[in-house]
Amino acid sequence: MSSRSAILERLRATVGGGPLPTLNPAVMERRHWSAPERVERLRKGMEAVHTEFLEAKPATWPDVVRTFCESEGLKNLLLGPTSEAGAALAATWAPGGTQLVAYDRPVEAFKTELFTSIEAGFTGTVGGIAETGGLLLMPGPQEPRLLSLVPPIHIALLRASTIQDSFWSAVQALGWTRSLPPNALMISGPSKTADIEQTLAYGVHGPKRLVVVLVDDLT
Amino acid sequence: MHAETDILFRDSAAQALLDPQLRANFRRAMDGLMAKRKAQFPDPQDLQELRELSTAIRSRSLLNLPTLLEQLETNLTRNGIQVHWAETCEEANQLILGLLQARGAKTLVKGKSMVSEEMHLNAFLEAHGIEALESDLGEYIIQLDDETPSHIIMPAIHKNKDQIARQFSQKIKDAKYSEDVDELTAMARKVLRQKFLDADAGISGVNFAVAETGTLCLVENEGNGRMSTHVPPLHIAVMGLEKVVANLEEVAPLYAILTRSATGQAVSTYFNLITGPRGEGELDGPQEVHLVILDNGRSHIFADPQLQATLRCIRCGACMNHCPVYTRVGGHAYEAVYPGPIGKILTPQMEGVGVRHDLLHGSSLCGACSEVCPVQIPIPDIIVRLRREATHTDATSSVMGKGSGRTSTEDWAWRIWAGVLKRPALYRLATWFATRFGRALPGSAPLLKHWTAHRTKPVPANRSLSERMRAEGGPRV
Repeated sequence: MSSRSAILERLRATVGGGPLPTLNPAVMERRHWSAPERVERLRKGMEAVHTEFLEAKPATWPDVVRTFCESEGLKNLLLGPTSEAGAALAATWAPGGTQLVAYDRPVEAFKTELFTSIEAGFTGTVGGIAETGGLLLMPGPQEPRLLSLVPPIHIALLRASTIQDSFWSAVQALGWTRSLPPNALMISGPSKTADIEQTLAYGVHGPKRLVVVLVDDLT
Repeated sequence: MHAETDILFRDSAAQALLDPQLRANFRRAMDGLMAKRKAQFPDPQDLQELRELSTAIRSRSLLNLPTLLEQLETNLTRNGIQVHWAETCEEANQLILGLLQARGAKTLVKGKSMVSEEMHLNAFLEAHGIEALESDLGEYIIQLDDETPSHIIMPAIHKNKDQIARQFSQKIKDAKYSEDVDELTAMARKVLRQKFLDADAGISGVNFAVAETGTLCLVENEGNGRMSTHVPPLHIAVMGLEKVVANLEEVAPLYAILTRSATGQAVSTYFNLITGPRGEGELDGPQEVHLVILDNGRSHIFADPQLQATLRCIRCGACMNHCPVYTRVGGHAYEAVYPGPIGKILTPQMEGVGVRHDLLHGSSLCGACSEVCPVQIPIPDIIVRLRREATHTDATSSVMGKGSGRTSTEDWAWRIWAGVLKRPALYRLATWFATRFGRALPGSAPLLKHWTAHRTKPVPANRSLSERMRAEGGPRV
């Protein structure tokens, strides 16, 4: 008998577990805030774990990204050229200064470059979480998975109108409860650890800095 | 392993208590973790509701376990993740070795996984010429010293930064001595980023496996979990068979209570949902993803309605952080993969209740563990139950190794006790001797010395109750 059948058979042999307990999700559903409060909460939660925020307007956010890159003296910025946010940024990017690098090849073709010479990565988001602070990302063909992980700085575009109350309400609003892409994730700040004496240190394996370009599209 | 060395918790705990450095390291860390957890639950009503919801979700998952596991397998397979089943650690190790060898993988990076510790996977792979490097900072630190985790969430918590500074300066090439935590972290980052870049495969654990969507959820702060699962071309995840949850909605409360209970964080840095290997058109992500589902005694635990609650555990470690025993002796004294209160009930059930029944007695049954447990596992009740199982052979019991902890001394003691109690004349004679000469018995007498090693000697009364009643004109009993 295969291990699979042996295990399942043993599990099925256990009888009389009793009725299924009912679930009372009231505690999850109490989390509601107005749209401006959601923005404030998200920001407060994420700033507490060292996320940086840049304020922007719908029409001018590419300039905000540009100004940040120039002021930090970044040599380059990696992005998904066909993603909505990536394409919008590339469309207005004037030559000179920080150079845009397109993530348009399989990672195998430029793994070393990605790890050693890319200084920042730019992604969009599909939403945010007000309750705890956090960004929701759906990497995919347009926005590869490592874009938000390997470069030392991750710049993420967040539209205020997409911020949800909680992770609980977000997964329902985005339909994640029924089907998910190969990778989806929530990010609340730059990579961190407290493994040495409970002392927080940022930038252990993933990005050392997370910069959110917060677009005020509520009005 | 334990049977060979025959180290008893009593002895290793006594040794740990004599180490002031170890005690200071744990005291500081556990005080910090307790305070941070408390700050995350300001409203006791909210906390209780969240615990009840989480308990109900985990209980439902277990009641539906075989169905959910099959559903998980079907959906993972549909998503392109290959599923393997292993009854034992040995089988799981062989499975993983086979997958690695078939792809010529020589080096791999690991995200944190307690199940892989259970399997002693690193040692197994190294014996077969495959380098398995831990990438969680705490796991990396203990791997450098060839140690095991002393805590399930904070594996290197027994070390302070001076010890780590010395260790890094000796063991990492070109590293200079520094006691600065940021500098130490940067040294590890430098070494490990190269390893992520070069690795042929990545291994991770699983925090929750979602049956409905066929998704593996990973909770982490460092990013090494994402690195291990997204950078190398092959990702192998390992999980205990109890980790399955019906749907993503049910994961939300468990995730909320997990990070708050574990490290006092409202949310972790990353919550990574893996539903497939590199998809069509994707430019990165692993080409192959495999999941190994491990039993290793869990289906036996599952068979008992009371003990099944053990499998509700979401591995937050709060029971350790709040345990008066664990906080004083640390994790290594348990000589087990899972230390602390959850380890006390898990280890004897996995390895046999007779082999590790010493662990069951390293508890004052104070109940701090069950009070903070996010899924309300009645750990003290289970400890008491397993103490009985260790010395009794109940025919209906499914506990592994039941009765094997009974010693011949204990057996004889009970026989003599029963023999005396069944014979009134003998009983009277025995009480007469005990009341007249019991005080003269030295504390170092055989058997008694085990009691008096840590407690005062019991002193019998001058006259037994029936003697006194008789003397005062009462009925003869």
